[in-house]
Amino acid sequence: MSDLPRSQHIIASGLIAGVGISVAYISFTQEPADAFVFPRLISSVFAVLAIWTFAKAILGRTKVGNGISANAMRKMLPGLIVALIYVFWAAKGLGFYTATTIAFFVLVSLYDPAPHSDIKSWIKRILITAGFMAVMYGLFAALLNVFTPREIFF
Amino acid sequence: MDFLFYMGDVFTPINFGLLLLGTIGGLILGATPGLSPTMAVALLIPFTFQLEPQQGLILLGAAYTSTVAGGAVSAILLKIPGAPANIATTLDGHTMATKGEGAKALQLSFLASAVGGLFGVFLLIFLTPVLAQWALAFGPSHLFWLAILGVTVIGTLDSSSVVKGLLSGCIGLWLATIGFDDIMGAQRFIFHPSVSGGINVIPALIGLFAIPQVITMFTKGRSSDDAEVISVKRHPIRLAFLEVIKRKTALTIGTLTGSIIGLIPGVGGQIAGLVAYDQSKKFSKESDKFGTGHSEGIIAAESANNAMVGPSLVPLLTLSIPGSPTAAVLLGGLLIHGIFPGPDLFMNYPQVAWTFIDSMLIGQILMCVFGLYIAGLAASVARVPHAVMAAVVLGLAVFGSYSVQNSMGDVYVMATLGMAMYFLERFGFSAAPLVLGLILGPIAEANFIQGSMIANATVGAGTYFFTGWLNWFLILIVLASISYSIWMEIAARRYTTKDDAVAKEEALS
Repeated sequence: MSDLPRSQHIIASGLIAGVGISVAYISFTQEPADAFVFPRLISSVFAVLAIWTFAKAILGRTKVGNGISANAMRKMLPGLIVALIYVFWAAKGLGFYTATTIAFFVLVSLYDPAPHSDIKSWIKRILITAGFMAVMYGLFAALLNVFTPREIFF
Repeated sequence: MDFLFYMGDVFTPINFGLLLLGTIGGLILGATPGLSPTMAVALLIPFTFQLEPQQGLILLGAAYTSTVAGGAVSAILLKIPGAPANIATTLDGHTMATKGEGAKALQLSFLASAVGGLFGVFLLIFLTPVLAQWALAFGPSHLFWLAILGVTVIGTLDSSSVVKGLLSGCIGLWLATIGFDDIMGAQRFIFHPSVSGGINVIPALIGLFAIPQVITMFTKGRSSDDAEVISVKRHPIRLAFLEVIKRKTALTIGTLTGSIIGLIPGVGGQIAGLVAYDQSKKFSKESDKFGTGHSEGIIAAESANNAMVGPSLVPLLTLSIPGSPTAAVLLGGLLIHGIFPGPDLFMNYPQVAWTFIDSMLIGQILMCVFGLYIAGLAASVARVPHAVMAAVVLGLAVFGSYSVQNSMGDVYVMATLGMAMYFLERFGFSAAPLVLGLILGPIAEANFIQGSMIANATVGAGTYFFTGWLNWFLILIVLASISYSIWMEIAARRYTTKDDAVAKEEALS
């Protein structure tokens, strides 16, 4: 195993161990105690297994999981940022349909292998986005009557 | 013979229309690499809110059945398994297609799927009432151990690492405790207003299964999948029928293997297909032809992965323990309609239960008929660029999560869990035990508390939870599944080298 995944395993399992210990600590200290009987049972096992995994990662004995390569991270990052902005801000701030249209178009444009200099590829992306949004509006607004946040746009 | 009494309900215009829609849609979704059956069913759940319970289940059941079979289309024509369950089909199916016998491979695949699927659903029909009757005798301690069994079996058998599988299950069980305690009304682990009402199962399922796939598609960057769709020449269906009948050993091995594996919680279609392929090869007189486009390989693999669909629902419908991630998603589909499966499902909701099961029976036949005709279309859809697919799945996940309770909190929960799951998967954790923990957590806790109350008033907790043959039987299965998986790891049969681990993970993703 290369050094990169090993260090990643240590960080990842360390975070999980941190969560496990926190959950166990809260379970054993919060009141009323009766409400935390089952969480205590679960969190004890959770913490033990998480510490075990962390110890294995430190000793370099983790056999499963390839971690994330710098290349994969570089490729996913633009999409992830767009998705995060879409979900945690734009959907509520701009309105579901406006935000989805922008996010869809940006994501398709970002990852479409067709050259950006080709005008046809842009027309294709616009048409795909329009088609998708028409289907989404038909399904959720017209068929299922879901009232989505409309905010400053739609 | 209750199933015959309710058979007519499948053929009402709405029910049959939904069955057709689920079957055809499922075949197309199943052929799309990256869209697993579980994810397809999870994304469909929001569309069932406004349907009657049995209508919603018909749609979900049809989609489940046909996505498993539809995965064979891309496995055969593109050499890309639509789902992990179709990995074994690729071995002979694609080779046969490259020899100009793509139509024959598809016909064999759908015919074998239908035979295996029908047998599996008949097993579901005849086993379920018997087990449901037996399960009526279960008390809180047994149901507690059953819930723990569901999490540990999937955690150990479905994961690459026993410890990480069990840890995933624990994370799921912990997530299930977030919110207000049912008995005391106390707040537990509410660290954000979005989770004040607990974690809703549907957005969680959508996030856990859909978002990791979206991020995986992002990691491919601007590359295109240059998989070439092999053109399909006409092949008489009659000859395919005769071939399936002629290869009855492979068909029997595949069907029986799939049915047995389907009954074991946590062991999915991928295992069924590969085990059936391997066993069929061992028993075949033409074992040297396997891998060269041999019909027995396709028949064994496809009959097995569809035969497991029906039996995998037996634990869900009788004991409310989902035996697979897809069954867990179906449980979510039942819960949103206020129906809780279990021993009394067939007494309280016979129409829902039997119409659903009957629709799966008819769905197998429809899947076979339509599969043969729309294979070409499905293969074309399978070539949709991953950029478009990622954006479509993300949009559906956001709208679907929101529509559950018209709550942005659900969207945040979906996205957070989904992103966390992607990173967890990269470090060897699996979504299936986490989902099972999340779903079975409330069952385990409710029965644990109820059992503890009974125990405190009678014999004491130790005696109540650890005596009686049924308690011990369930505890022994829990221990056996853990021991077996540990032994497998120690014996290094699962992964002999890091390359093996990488190869399996790549195949699964």
